[in-house]
Amino acid sequence: MTPLSQLLPGQFGKLASLNPERGVDQRLMALGLLPGMVLKLVRKAPLGDPLAIEFGGQVVSLRLAEAENLIVDVAADCPIQRPRQP
Amino acid sequence: MSSLEAGLLVALVGNPNTGKSTLFNALTGLRQRVGNYPGVTVARKSGTCDLGDGRKAELIDLPGLYSLAAASPDEQVVIDALSGNIAGDRRPDAVLLVVDATNLLRNLFLASQVAELGLPVALVLNQADVAKEQGLRIDTGLLSRRLGGVPVVLTSAWKGEGIAEVRRGLGEALTRRAPMKRVVWPTDIAGALADVTEAASADTGKAITAADAQRLLFDTNPSTADRLGWTAERREKPLRAARDRVRNSGYNPMAAEPLVHYAWLRTALEGVVSEGHGKAGRTAAVDRLLLHRVLGPLLFLGIMLGFFASVFWLAKFPMDWIQTAVDWTKGVVAPPLSAYPMLQSLVADGILGGVGAFLVFLPQILILFLFIGILEDSGYMARAAFIMDRLFSWCGLNGKSFVPMLSGFACAIPSLLSTRTIEDPKARLATAFVVPFMSCSARFPVYALMCAAFIGPLYGPGWESLVMVGMHCVGLVFAVPTAFVLTRLVLKVKPQPFVLELPRYQMPKPRDVVWRMWQNAAEFVSKAGTVIFAITIVVWALSYFPRDASVAERVRAAHPTESAEKVQARVQAAYVEQSYMGRFGKTIQPIFDPLGFDWKITVGVLASFPAREVIVSTLGVTYSVGEGAEADSQDLRRAMQDAKWSEGPRAGRPIFSLAAVLALMVFFALCSQCGPTIATLAQETGGWKWAAGSFVYMTTLAWLVSMAVYQVVIRLT
Ligand SMILES: Nc1nc2c(ncn2[C@@H]2O[C@H](COP(=O)(O)OP(=O)(O)OP(=O)(O)O)[C@@H](O)[C@H]2O)c(=O)[nH]1
Ligand SMILES: [Mg+2]
Repeated sequence: MTPLSQLLPGQFGKLASLNPERGVDQRLMALGLLPGMVLKLVRKAPLGDPLAIEFGGQVVSLRLAEAENLIVDVAADCPIQRPRQP
Repeated sequence: MSSLEAGLLVALVGNPNTGKSTLFNALTGLRQRVGNYPGVTVARKSGTCDLGDGRKAELIDLPGLYSLAAASPDEQVVIDALSGNIAGDRRPDAVLLVVDATNLLRNLFLASQVAELGLPVALVLNQADVAKEQGLRIDTGLLSRRLGGVPVVLTSAWKGEGIAEVRRGLGEALTRRAPMKRVVWPTDIAGALADVTEAASADTGKAITAADAQRLLFDTNPSTADRLGWTAERREKPLRAARDRVRNSGYNPMAAEPLVHYAWLRTALEGVVSEGHGKAGRTAAVDRLLLHRVLGPLLFLGIMLGFFASVFWLAKFPMDWIQTAVDWTKGVVAPPLSAYPMLQSLVADGILGGVGAFLVFLPQILILFLFIGILEDSGYMARAAFIMDRLFSWCGLNGKSFVPMLSGFACAIPSLLSTRTIEDPKARLATAFVVPFMSCSARFPVYALMCAAFIGPLYGPGWESLVMVGMHCVGLVFAVPTAFVLTRLVLKVKPQPFVLELPRYQMPKPRDVVWRMWQNAAEFVSKAGTVIFAITIVVWALSYFPRDASVAERVRAAHPTESAEKVQARVQAAYVEQSYMGRFGKTIQPIFDPLGFDWKITVGVLASFPAREVIVSTLGVTYSVGEGAEADSQDLRRAMQDAKWSEGPRAGRPIFSLAAVLALMVFFALCSQCGPTIATLAQETGGWKWAAGSFVYMTTLAWLVSMAVYQVVIRLT
């Protein structure tokens, strides 16, 4: 279980939990980001923040701070697994 | 506009950027603005749509939204339109739901929320061309059956494909009045909704619809309760009880709605879409380049620099043609009028000198909007916001502030309207306050004139483009700290989320880009014929009168030995200096003296408060009256290069020194010189307080910074 903010660009994960009380998470749920959904951290903006995440055929931007509360399961069968950077 | 009493009213509803406005244009023959980023439409617009069976319906185009749990003012417009809550509008007779055919699941979430309203619905699956390209095949018949028999139409609104079918489908929906199939709620949630309905109708005495009950139960945002008049004290207990009931059944009440809807939709969509062989979109590949860590920002800068450089050389020839045409007209019109010197001066110096000087910039405006049109239509806008977000987030600006700020480079007025996409009222206010700092297209002629007359000839074309880019950043550089102070210290805005959909790239559509250029060119020319014309005539009159013959005699007597030509020039100069404008300008000039402005620039600056472009025509008038209508029609640039201080400590030195040129441009970059912007700001912030504050702040700031620039540069050069 990792916060989405710690994923590396190109890495996939399965959404384990979010915080439905937060406005951002409510917006994401309306877009279809619900627990169990597979998502991909596509890239980070050139200055490291925000992130671009892909799920359900759409790419959406999200700030690093907002991605901290989204917990993902980096499953073993996720295509890209690189060692964590220090 | 109120809807026709007996007529039919239809609302266009859908996610942002699905093509609602494009479809609206195709159905009504009108021309609403479209663009490839979420949030182009921010207010309701209506038009008449022929249903193809003899009936007509009034169609309303609305802003896009992802969920009926609306938070921002533009989303609220949709909720109000759907509930008949807008003054002069009834509840619509049907809803035309526009969804993106390439992402049915996400788009149908809103559709199934709308179904809860119980209105007749027709479903349009737009962008069918893209879906086909991606190899998606959609079984519309099956989808229609799954959704309870509502008409389902596949269209490419942009190509005009499927429009007749949309008319037919809409007609059918209006005739059969069959609502869309609704989601099946788990027992406990259904029970909780019933509890809320009962409590709310008991407290307010109003009929509570299913959709109302859902908003009351699932949303933290109180807008529905407020509309129904259910007070906070009365609703608190029953809502808490109902939410507890949902929670006890295993659902978080804040997540129940999307969970139930999406689960239901997944079943409803089973077998509807089949994926064949298609081309993967190029969006990911283009993004890999344009959003690259190093290349991305470099390309961003490169595109900007390349653009400003190209504006000059692309526009050079058309500008010369216009200048030649103006001069030619002057040559034809002025001589026959020589018997009436006043009329001659009015036509040659006032109208042709002033308005002509302004019109010369038409080609540059066209190129500017070509560029803006391409940025908006390609899908790059949202990416620019993505790249720049980090630079702005520290000053507390909303992620959604960037789209209005970026479009502020075209014009502040539509950008002020587009701040309606921001939920938080304080964040919206802060954004609206800084939008007028963005370097709008009206500033462009001012910079272009100064750069073409001074920077280019003195330092070469490279510096010319660099200074243009620099000037476009000046506003931004001051907007960011201003926003910081406003959001952090004055308004105390909470950090705002930045959930922005990055749309797919597309080839900019020539039709839309040309339309945007055409519209702005038309506006530019009509401005030349109205505001600019009127102010120019006033400025001309003030710099022509009074014209006492004694002035000329005195000059001739003082310079008896000079050639007639030289004396004539001195006479013209003397007339202007003693004109009302000259006297007034010289009285006021001390205020602008620390900025290096002479009285002519001072007059130009003052005349430009209603609209900043006026400076160009005002300088055109004052310089050509000063030369006399007979003078060889040099263009304004040359006249400005030759202008010298005639008195004071700087006598004999050029008025337009590097310091003064920079100071003048900086002044125009920062000063609040646009009547319509002030009015729009007042309208959008709900009062004159912020508009007046913006005017005073920007004008003072402009004077201070411009003064600092002049004083520093004059010492360095
Ligand atoms: N390929 C393709 N593009 C389309 C089609 N219809 C619209 N577009 C493009 O999609 C983009 C969005 O169109 P708009 O009509 O502005 O969308 P909207 O739903 O009104 O957007 P908002 O007002 O922001 O909610 C534009 O760039 C259109 O050119 C279509 O049928 N096919
Ligand atoms: Mg629109």
